[in-house]
Amino acid sequence: MKIIVCIKQVPDTTEVKINPTTGTLIREGVPSIINPDDKSGLEAALVLKEQQGAHVTVLSMGPPQADLALREALAMGADQAILLSDRAFGGADTWATSSTLAAAIRKLEWDLIICGRQAIDGDTAQVGPQIAEHLQVPHVSYVTELQVGEKAIEVKRKFEDGWQRLRVQFPCLITTLKDMNQARYMSMAGIYEAYKREVKVWGLADIDVDQANIGLKGSPTRVKASYTKGTRSAGKVYEVDPRDGARIIVESLKEKFII
Amino acid sequence: MDFQLSREHQLLATTLKDFAENEVRPLARETDEKEAFPVSTVEKMARFGMMGIPFPKDFGGAGGDNLGYIMAVEALSKVCGTTGVILSAHTSLCAAPIYEFGTDEQKRRLLPDLASGKKIGAFGLTEPNAGTDAAGQQTAAVLSGDKYILTGSKIFITNAGYADVYIVFAMTDRSKGTRGISAFIVEKGMPGFSIGKKEEKMGIRGSSTCELIFENVEVPVSNLLGREGGGFGLAMKTLDGGRIGIGAQALGLAQGAIDETVKYVKERKQFGKTIGSFQNTQFQLADMQARTDAARLLVYRAACLKDAKQPYSTEAAMAKLFASETAMAVTTMAVQLHGGYGYTREYPVERMMRDAKITEIYEGTSEVQKMVISAAVLK
Amino acid sequence: MNISEYRGVMVFAEQRRGEIQKVAFELLGAGRGIADTLQEPLIAVLAGTYLTDAQAASLIAHGADRVILVDDPRLGVYMTEPFTKALTAVITAEKPGIVFFGATTIGRDLAPRVSARLKTGLTADCTALAIDDASRNLLMTRPAFGGNIMATIICPEHRPQMSTVRPGVMRRLEADTARTGETVRFACRIEAADVNVEILEEVVQKEEKKNIEDASVLVAGGRGLGNPENFQSLQNLAEMLGGQVAASRAVVDAGWTSQDKQVGQTGKTVRPDLYLACGISGMIQHVAGMEESGFIVAVNKNKDAPIFAYADIGIVTDVNRLLPALQEELNRARSV
Repeated sequence: MKIIVCIKQVPDTTEVKINPTTGTLIREGVPSIINPDDKSGLEAALVLKEQQGAHVTVLSMGPPQADLALREALAMGADQAILLSDRAFGGADTWATSSTLAAAIRKLEWDLIICGRQAIDGDTAQVGPQIAEHLQVPHVSYVTELQVGEKAIEVKRKFEDGWQRLRVQFPCLITTLKDMNQARYMSMAGIYEAYKREVKVWGLADIDVDQANIGLKGSPTRVKASYTKGTRSAGKVYEVDPRDGARIIVESLKEKFII
Repeated sequence: MDFQLSREHQLLATTLKDFAENEVRPLARETDEKEAFPVSTVEKMARFGMMGIPFPKDFGGAGGDNLGYIMAVEALSKVCGTTGVILSAHTSLCAAPIYEFGTDEQKRRLLPDLASGKKIGAFGLTEPNAGTDAAGQQTAAVLSGDKYILTGSKIFITNAGYADVYIVFAMTDRSKGTRGISAFIVEKGMPGFSIGKKEEKMGIRGSSTCELIFENVEVPVSNLLGREGGGFGLAMKTLDGGRIGIGAQALGLAQGAIDETVKYVKERKQFGKTIGSFQNTQFQLADMQARTDAARLLVYRAACLKDAKQPYSTEAAMAKLFASETAMAVTTMAVQLHGGYGYTREYPVERMMRDAKITEIYEGTSEVQKMVISAAVLK
Repeated sequence: MNISEYRGVMVFAEQRRGEIQKVAFELLGAGRGIADTLQEPLIAVLAGTYLTDAQAASLIAHGADRVILVDDPRLGVYMTEPFTKALTAVITAEKPGIVFFGATTIGRDLAPRVSARLKTGLTADCTALAIDDASRNLLMTRPAFGGNIMATIICPEHRPQMSTVRPGVMRRLEADTARTGETVRFACRIEAADVNVEILEEVVQKEEKKNIEDASVLVAGGRGLGNPENFQSLQNLAEMLGGQVAASRAVVDAGWTSQDKQVGQTGKTVRPDLYLACGISGMIQHVAGMEESGFIVAVNKNKDAPIFAYADIGIVTDVNRLLPALQEELNRARSV
């Protein structure tokens, strides 16, 4: 059985701070990590490797620095690593990203694709299902458990109000949640080998894709503006009776769309 | 001269940090308070190959190096001094001498289980009357056919009770003094071998420090490590390596205390300002970090020399001397900067201070290190 | 693509087990405003089985001008492919300029698939929607980078402009049964082959308890609550807000709750969207664990409590009297 795990290198957003005077994002010193949902997907694949000899390929699209995420995946136990990296792929939204990844996947042999549900820098949860659509295979998202049979996979699919157990025939794609397992650490031996092994780098010339479907040009959406939520101004303090206090709180929660 | 870590070592540093933060830090306080050997942590360390970092893959190791190994001791010690010393004693004092001085048969028989962490190692040299003066060994081994009969006891043995393999030193010929000392591999379960009193300690309280008792223990000749009479030299060489490990433990404790202090002084306010904005705090931290970085360079240099198969005995002694005294000074300053809170168990710096003290004592006191260093200086 | 051919604002009316979900009405509320700005119709699409006119009527009462019912036995339970096929067919036929889905575990599964099939853009988890005056493009604003920044996304050259919208953010309109609208049934054949996933088991249950680090709302209690019973009462409030209860160290040490609820330097570091500190003085050790929270509300009797320096809203009052009042106010806000 052959598995492709799509991973994204992301800034650890929990380490991101806002500069209190300028209100801008401080990106310096923020470590780059494998996106947590993706890492759990990789862990699930590596368990299948141990249990039934699955062959695990990790695939990432990103700048050359994303090499590090792939080395980490190799050190965790992946068999093969491919980095899709080309200036032409830059500026892609989820549509263009998924069409690029799908083009790379078409060059590979596989039964199952595992993507993390969503990346912590974008939180879209769109790339996985969109890859499946480009490849015209079924997908199941929000997977928290899986078992692999000979021709199909059985998964537990989470909803806000319950779950389903589903069976899908190969080839198919699933998106996984980080709660599904605890990803292993890189093994010491794996680390010492990580840079002796190959990370294939594929550019535009290596995949068969229409240039109209990739990068900024191939992206239907555009970022028109982005801004930080602003610095935390000193809050307001009210000395009031409990009833008025409750009203003030509810009003503020409404304003902030919390309720 | 290149002070950059290689890419592999950078990768190693990330995973070691994650491991220490997620798996070791949460247990550190309990390990200390309950004097509980962190069995489950050691199992996890084994799973990721941490118990055999510098040994070749053929022997079940990670195929790594000593620099990587001491980085692991440092990373663990940053959050828990106990866990750091368990790894150091296991690797430097047991697996390493078997790898360096063992026969091929001994290596094949013993190293894979040690390097994979299936078995834990320990080292028994110190006796009630033979501490710094190792030549005063009372434990004796008498050859009888294809066995040595061991009698005597050892004290202050790290990992005792939890270890499966012990490197034990005994007199095979008292008339020859230090040249009459031999090293033996004693295994858990050998009849007559038992664990005696467990010490109650000031620091590294989760590490098991006990007495070893040998009552006519029959040790097969195949478990003689090195040649008969070669034990003293073997012990000294082993301790050279061990000192790098303890230097790394001290280094971790110092850096851990700095990290805790930095967090604290940015948050703690007095006189309307964070205490980190006071120059006294800033200058203290500058001292702490500069000394710790200097210690790191010494410790890393010693490890790199060992990896390069160059002499490192003096450098290891300097690394251990400087790092352990730095750890003691830095953890003490950290407690001071924490004020009253620093003296309570709610904050980890008091534990780090207690843990740091032992690094100036075991595997050769600071005074012993000075003897080693001055001998080289005056040569 | 001739963009001008695309008119109307479409809302995917999510139903589960025949029940139209709250988020559908919220989308209608938001969609109504957008449709009015554009002077275009608001269309609701309800896909399922045994769909009723009453369901269509409730969508109209909440703002829809037109309801499209896609009724098929294979649309009874949500499955990706049958729903993708149905929605794609409706959108292709109707050519709306805008389509909204709820950013639920269904909407976020379906919308990407539909957008990929239609080759159009999709913006995830929007919290604000508006129309650009000049271009008449939809402005879709969403948090990104772990909530650290907000980004406004446009989809200028593709139609429809699609987005998933965060549940609970948009205002639903009050039901107006006098509203009129058109209901049509849309025929779309879902084939057996479209059912490419087999449902083996389905369980409806509320989510199990999460860690406080994962909660988007935390109601945290401190010693100011006075006794363990008052602390227990936070649970109900937390549930109303879809969050969890957290605690200061003092409360954990007093044994009112377990250590895993403790926020602070020696406890956990949290950054929920809302942190409601009840009777917590705000010792630095506590603040270190929660100061990155999105919105901090503090209630404390002592106006000099340090927590007020970190709070966005501070209420100086008796927390034990405020809590019941707050629950009443919340109920009132909900029922509107």
